[in-house]
Amino acid sequence: MENTTLAHHLLLAGLLFALGLTGVLVRRNLLVVYMCLELMLTAATLALVAFSRFNRTMDGAIFVFFIITVAAAEVAVGLALIVALYRRRGSVKSDELVTLRD
Amino acid sequence: MPDGLFIFFAALTLGAASLLVLSRNAVTSAMGMILALVGVAADFFLLDAYFLGVLQVLVYAGAVMVLFLFVIMLLTDTAESAEAYPWKSAALGLAVFFFLAAGAVWLFVWSGAVPGTAAGATPPELSANPSEFVTAAKGFGRLLYTKYLLPLEIAGFLLLVALVGVVSLSKDPVEENA
Repeated sequence: MENTTLAHHLLLAGLLFALGLTGVLVRRNLLVVYMCLELMLTAATLALVAFSRFNRTMDGAIFVFFIITVAAAEVAVGLALIVALYRRRGSVKSDELVTLRD
Repeated sequence: MPDGLFIFFAALTLGAASLLVLSRNAVTSAMGMILALVGVAADFFLLDAYFLGVLQVLVYAGAVMVLFLFVIMLLTDTAESAEAYPWKSAALGLAVFFFLAAGAVWLFVWSGAVPGTAAGATPPELSANPSEFVTAAKGFGRLLYTKYLLPLEIAGFLLLVALVGVVSLSKDPVEENA
């Protein structure tokens, strides 16, 4: 662990965030888009834990604890919304849900 | 050079995340997501945040992803055709990815904004100072019930609100109208 610096962890977090944002922009399946959003959130928590560990304070880790709690609640509500959308419109593809645009 | 375990788990995480973004099958995407979350949990372990690593596997890779897989299998015909992804959107995605990745590499590696200090000695299991980084789960409990008591209560209330919200969202609208 001695040779892994803060920059390495932040780089991993940054690349994960970039992958997540790419997925959000490119994918058409709402469920996959939602998973990519979660990936971006996870990348942010990784950066927080790295900062917390290298600054030797507990606050970042506690913040990540709350983020995991809120993310669990958020996923439950979001998936319920997607299921409700599917029951009403019969699709979870973002290129078929364009009523407001047309 | 970072040590071998970090390189291994970083490669695993990034590979699995690429699988999530690139796979045209939603179930394969979910599997990639699970693997990426486990890789992040392993990185938490490497950062001596053992409690968070366990929490990440239990809550995220376990509960949340089971929910995702359930909804994916419930709703979608999992495979997507290639026509859904015209070269224009793929090129936009690639451009965004390389822009962000280059920005991350520049900011964290070349700009010198991040100090190159090593992690230093392994943090203690418990310490007299409650705000010092410790590895034991007790360190979390001690802060959660003192300094972060109000956020903890709000988080608990938020879970209750989410529970009620999901139940009311899942009601059948047809049944309601009758």
